[in-house]
Amino acid sequence: MGETLTQKILSAKLGKKVKPGEFVVSDVDIAFTQDGTGPLAIRQIEELGEFRAANPSGTALFIDHASPSPRRELSNDHQLIRRFARETSSILRDVGDGICHQLIAEEFAAPGMVIVGADSHTCTAGAFAAFATGMGSTDVGMAIYLGKAWFRVPEAYRFVLKGELQKGVYAKDLILHIIGMIGADGATYKAIEYGGEGVGGLPMHERLVVSNMAVEAGAKVGLFPADEVTKGYLEERGRGGSFKELAPDEDAEYERTFEIDLSQIKPTVSFPHTVDNVREIDDPEVKAVEIDQVYIGTCTNGRLEDLRVAAGILKGRKRHPRVRLIVTPASREIYLRALDEGLLKVFVEAGGLVNPPGCGPCVGVHQGVLGDGERVLSTQNRNFKGRMGNPQGFIYLASPAVAAATAIEGQIADPRGYL
Amino acid sequence: MVLKGRAWKFGDDISTDHIAPGRYFHLRSNLPELAKHVLEDARPEFPGKVQKGDFVVGGRNFGLGSSREHAPRIIKIAGVGAVLAKSFARIFFRNAINVGLPAIAVDTERIDEGDELVVDLEGGEVRDITKGEVLSFPPLPPVMMRILGDGGLTEHVKRYGELKLD
Repeated sequence: MGETLTQKILSAKLGKKVKPGEFVVSDVDIAFTQDGTGPLAIRQIEELGEFRAANPSGTALFIDHASPSPRRELSNDHQLIRRFARETSSILRDVGDGICHQLIAEEFAAPGMVIVGADSHTCTAGAFAAFATGMGSTDVGMAIYLGKAWFRVPEAYRFVLKGELQKGVYAKDLILHIIGMIGADGATYKAIEYGGEGVGGLPMHERLVVSNMAVEAGAKVGLFPADEVTKGYLEERGRGGSFKELAPDEDAEYERTFEIDLSQIKPTVSFPHTVDNVREIDDPEVKAVEIDQVYIGTCTNGRLEDLRVAAGILKGRKRHPRVRLIVTPASREIYLRALDEGLLKVFVEAGGLVNPPGCGPCVGVHQGVLGDGERVLSTQNRNFKGRMGNPQGFIYLASPAVAAATAIEGQIADPRGYL
Repeated sequence: MVLKGRAWKFGDDISTDHIAPGRYFHLRSNLPELAKHVLEDARPEFPGKVQKGDFVVGGRNFGLGSSREHAPRIIKIAGVGAVLAKSFARIFFRNAINVGLPAIAVDTERIDEGDELVVDLEGGEVRDITKGEVLSFPPLPPVMMRILGDGGLTEHVKRYGELKLD
């Protein structure tokens, strides 16, 4: 019997064939934390007697959630993170550098890696055929300390993609559709693997969106094969040497298989307060929703291509008078390139504002907390009650194109008329 | 380990945002203070009234969302003996065991608010004293049972200097 991509990665790492359900201890290539989880991880390491990272060049500490710090408690947490990085010679990415998952994609992730991060969206790097999964502070703290983590090898679900996404439809619509189809716990404990001819038409920035949201269906990882697209991305970034082709065996055994025709996907919106509460844009109930704030950014949809799509729609137009338009590039590099391309100017001229690279208001700390009863249309991955800092707020999730059109119209809007 | 207490009933999809709201992000390095807000976005009266030994009883997909381990930690600090749910999100489940909070996947449908429960972790049994019913659950995988028995993952690594699965 052949191996799933999940098995292939772990079998290669362990030097023996692994089976779903098996418990294994594996070396990890990268272990990382962010400022919401790093301090607790560091304190767990400290309990073992000293600051230590088994593999400093594979240990990364990011400061992206409260960045720059809005409060002294958080400033002190940041100090602890910086001190740990300095004393262990680990990698530090500080305020203004960007969101951990975006920087992992830009600088570190490669096919076949095992990556653990103290952030649930660590699964983003699955777009590189890396076994990348989120864990808590203690698990990741111990992974930093030992250079290893334990896993239960997951069973896998295969999504066979065929056809192409239509104009005005993006990977965000695809993944919202999938989560709506299988539910917010539809893939709990499972690996999701994408395959089929439709995969070749999804560029890296779109694969990253799909992998990012694997956890919103409960999955442990969301994997794409490593192919020509992956290779092209890595070569463009000067990391071509880290590429290796990876795909599941033809006769791999999947617990469930789903077929998706990409051409049938429509712009999709997730309604409060669970991600699987999705509707298609043509539903009159969707277009009737008045919006107070539009947020474009995050580890899901804060990439250069996302900003290009949004700016393309907003250029020469103004936001609706009721709508606050907030844009946050996901990394310093994206910020700089958006600056060079004039995208940030478009947002500001449209009546929006641009935050420094980071998580922004998505985690409810600062930079756009909702008022009571307010509704936000956001390109982020999660719409749980209280997520954006106020349990009395309502969060709708969609693509950057829907977000830009909504900013103009003040109600959830179909972007296809603007393209 | 046998635990005894009364049930606090919650619904499906209790997220880590319900348990440890993002607006208290600045309290993450002050867990006793953060624990004063535990689960308040699901049931505002919970943090003020929960008694030592009480059980949190959820529905499906308990603990979905963020990897924040602060969530199970503050449930434990609040005195809760165990979390029972029909199913758990995987990161929460792992975190709970790592911090020494038993997380039990069991059919909670017939457990009601205030029911007196006795939970036998090794025996794989929940006795609902109020209803006179017994619910059984599969035991935790051995690796998780060991971590829980060692008092959490940090204590496990302190004891063995490595991850010991067998």
